[in-house]
Amino acid sequence: MNNQRRNVLKTGSGAALMTVLAAAGIIKPGMALADWNKAAFDAKSMADTLKALGATAPADSKDVQVAGPDIAENGAVVPVGVSTSLPNVTMVAILIEKNPNALAASFMLPEGTEPNVNTRVKMGQTSNVYALVKSDGKFFMATKEIKVTLGGCGG
Amino acid sequence: MAASPMKIRANNKDGVTEVKVLMSHEMETGQRKDSAGAIVPAWFITELSASNNGKVVLSSDFGPSVSKNPYLQFKFKGGAKGDKVTVTWKDNRGESRTDEATVA
Repeated sequence: MNNQRRNVLKTGSGAALMTVLAAAGIIKPGMALADWNKAAFDAKSMADTLKALGATAPADSKDVQVAGPDIAENGAVVPVGVSTSLPNVTMVAILIEKNPNALAASFMLPEGTEPNVNTRVKMGQTSNVYALVKSDGKFFMATKEIKVTLGGCGG
Repeated sequence: MAASPMKIRANNKDGVTEVKVLMSHEMETGQRKDSAGAIVPAWFITELSASNNGKVVLSSDFGPSVSKNPYLQFKFKGGAKGDKVTVTWKDNRGESRTDEATVA
C-alpha cells in the first residue's frame, strides 16, 4: 500500500491539488494567466471600455463577423461568436453596448490560434453587440443588434 | 465549494484542432438581489487559459456577463491526435480548476 499516494488522493481537491500538480511540474505557477484587465471590465460605456482596452477609434470592418441570433428569447444565454479573415489577429473581444459593463470577454490569441471564438453571454436588454479585433496592431470592429425578449440579468 | 469538472472536447480535422469547453460555474454578476433585497455578491470566472501539450493556445479574460456555466469554442492550427489539451480557469474568489482532454 502506497501511503503517500493515498494521502495525495485524500487531499487532492482545490488548492491542495493545485499545489500537488505544481509540485509535480504539471502546472507551472503563474502559467499563462494574464492579469485581469479590471479597468476594462469596470468601464460602463463603450467609449470607456475601448479606451481601457487601448483601442482608440477602431475602424469598422466588413472582414469582422459577429455571429448570433437576431432575436434572443432568453437573455441569460445568448450565443455569440466572433470571426474574422483579417491577418495576424492577436486579440478578440466581445462588447455589449447596453449591459451594465460593456465588456463581456476578451481573448488573447497566440500565433496559430484562429480568430474564431464562440461563447455565450448574458444580455440585460436589446442591444448592439460589438466584436473588437486587433489585427496587425490595429483595431477593427463590427456590430450586430440582438433583440432580447426576456432580460438575462435577473431583474 | 469544489467546482465540478469541465467538459472538454478537442477534435483535430485537417490540421486544425477545434476545442469546445463547458465549464460549471455560477457566474453571479453582483447586480442581482436576493428575496431579502440584499445584493448577491459577484462570483465569476475572470481568467481562462488553454494549452496544447504545454503550449498556450488561448488566454482569455471573462467579465460577469458571460453566461452561467460558460461555453467556449475556439480553433488552433496544429495539434495531433493524442495531444493533451489543458484548460485552467480562475475566479474572482481565487478558486481555480484545471481539466485535461485528449485530442481525438
